[in-house]
Amino acid sequence: MPIREKFEDDLNKLQNRLLELGEFTNHALARAMEALETQNVELALEIMDDDTKADILEEEINDISIWLIAKQQPVAIDLRRIIAAIKIATDVERIADFAVNIAKSTIRIGTDPHVQPLDNIKQMHSIMMEMLRLSLEAFNEDDIEKAKQVADMDDQVDDLYGQTIRSFLSMNQSNPELLPQVTQLSFVCRFLERAADHCTNIAESVYYLVKGRRYDLNS
Amino acid sequence: MAKTMETSQSQTERQTNGTGSNEKNIVYKTKELNLWYGDNQALKNINLEIIENEVTAIIGPSGCGKSTYIKTLNRMIELIPGVRTAGEISYRGRNILDKSYEVEELRTKVGMVFQKPNPFPKSIYENVVYGPRIHGIRDKKILNEIAEKSLRGAAIWDEVKDRLNQNAYGLSGGQQQRLCIARCLAIEPDVILMDEPTSALDPISTLKVEELMQELKKSYSIIIVTHNMQQAARISDKTAFFLNGEVVEFTKTTKMFSKPDDQRTEDYITGRFG
Repeated sequence: MPIREKFEDDLNKLQNRLLELGEFTNHALARAMEALETQNVELALEIMDDDTKADILEEEINDISIWLIAKQQPVAIDLRRIIAAIKIATDVERIADFAVNIAKSTIRIGTDPHVQPLDNIKQMHSIMMEMLRLSLEAFNEDDIEKAKQVADMDDQVDDLYGQTIRSFLSMNQSNPELLPQVTQLSFVCRFLERAADHCTNIAESVYYLVKGRRYDLNS
Repeated sequence: MAKTMETSQSQTERQTNGTGSNEKNIVYKTKELNLWYGDNQALKNINLEIIENEVTAIIGPSGCGKSTYIKTLNRMIELIPGVRTAGEISYRGRNILDKSYEVEELRTKVGMVFQKPNPFPKSIYENVVYGPRIHGIRDKKILNEIAEKSLRGAAIWDEVKDRLNQNAYGLSGGQQQRLCIARCLAIEPDVILMDEPTSALDPISTLKVEELMQELKKSYSIIIVTHNMQQAARISDKTAFFLNGEVVEFTKTTKMFSKPDDQRTEDYITGRFG
């Protein structure tokens, strides 16, 4: 039996809440992409309504963390785990906000036919979703190899983002009437690219947790 | 390709992680110190350098040798029958374990504060001037100056200045401990050894003594044995972790409590054994 059983329980509770927030965010992003692709405005509205759950979970994670620091005076790996959890919760909650942002763009686009197939956007989305899954697994398993993979995948998202934005810019010049939708789709690209950056931040927190030093994986 | 670049802050942290010592600022240098109580070996191959104007904390579970070690630094350990030592402890370049080293000379340089406050059954004033008196100072004016300076140094002057002639036993536990620190300062030592100085004190008195240590380290070198790991983290510059008579890890306190090198240190400070 561990000496600090209650403390271990609370640390597990913290970890589980974070994974719950991760699952919620993953689901929200999957639905956001579905709403965008199928131009389902009702689904987009639902996603916006559901977002309070992410806020509540993030608050709960912060409350557990603050209370653990006050009560247990954690040091070394325990302190790093709690600090990492607080930072990761902020990143994941922000990613959940991007699902809402995509839903808002979906509503603005409405039922106008898409100006071009969403292949690049779908690809960015799928890489970013994998980054989110891997980064949270890395946290759960203290696995910096997985964290490193996340950082590498961010480069793919950045490349796709660059390509897609360039194609949208040229489309704007030749077809100014498409500007409103192209702007919204550009926003979506930006949301996905930023979400991937937040996944890289999560990977950095995992590096901090395991190595006890700060790393900049975004450079 | 993403780069795993460390930030400059962590690089700086690593570069300054050494002991930062040179021969001049080393107060104590312990080399291959071994100590036995009869057949029981209590200290094994201890190598430690204590740097001046720093607070060095010694932590570890009961029976790990931390109090034994601190008592070798002023040779109080000799009072215990059957003690045998091997190795060397240099204080300012001279081996104090050498028979020719006068223990009285050592103790004028090295003061000690104990777990339970132990004032003499005398007045507050007499407690403080006791040391200087036995060192031959008779001039009342000088003794008064020493008393005030020492009591101010121990952050207790304002509380006792109007009752210097009252018995020290009338003070609270926290005040008595600060009086003992004042008594220690009166002989103008170089080093102050503290063996769990706050474990018998209430939280506010503990904080007062901790604050005081931060002031004192500007003029003195302090070595403290403590069971309270948060206290070690709060007050010390370096921390040594003792286990079964050995030094498992000796490093900067910031490193010790954020990312210790040894798994046994990590397990102890996070409360997973001990």
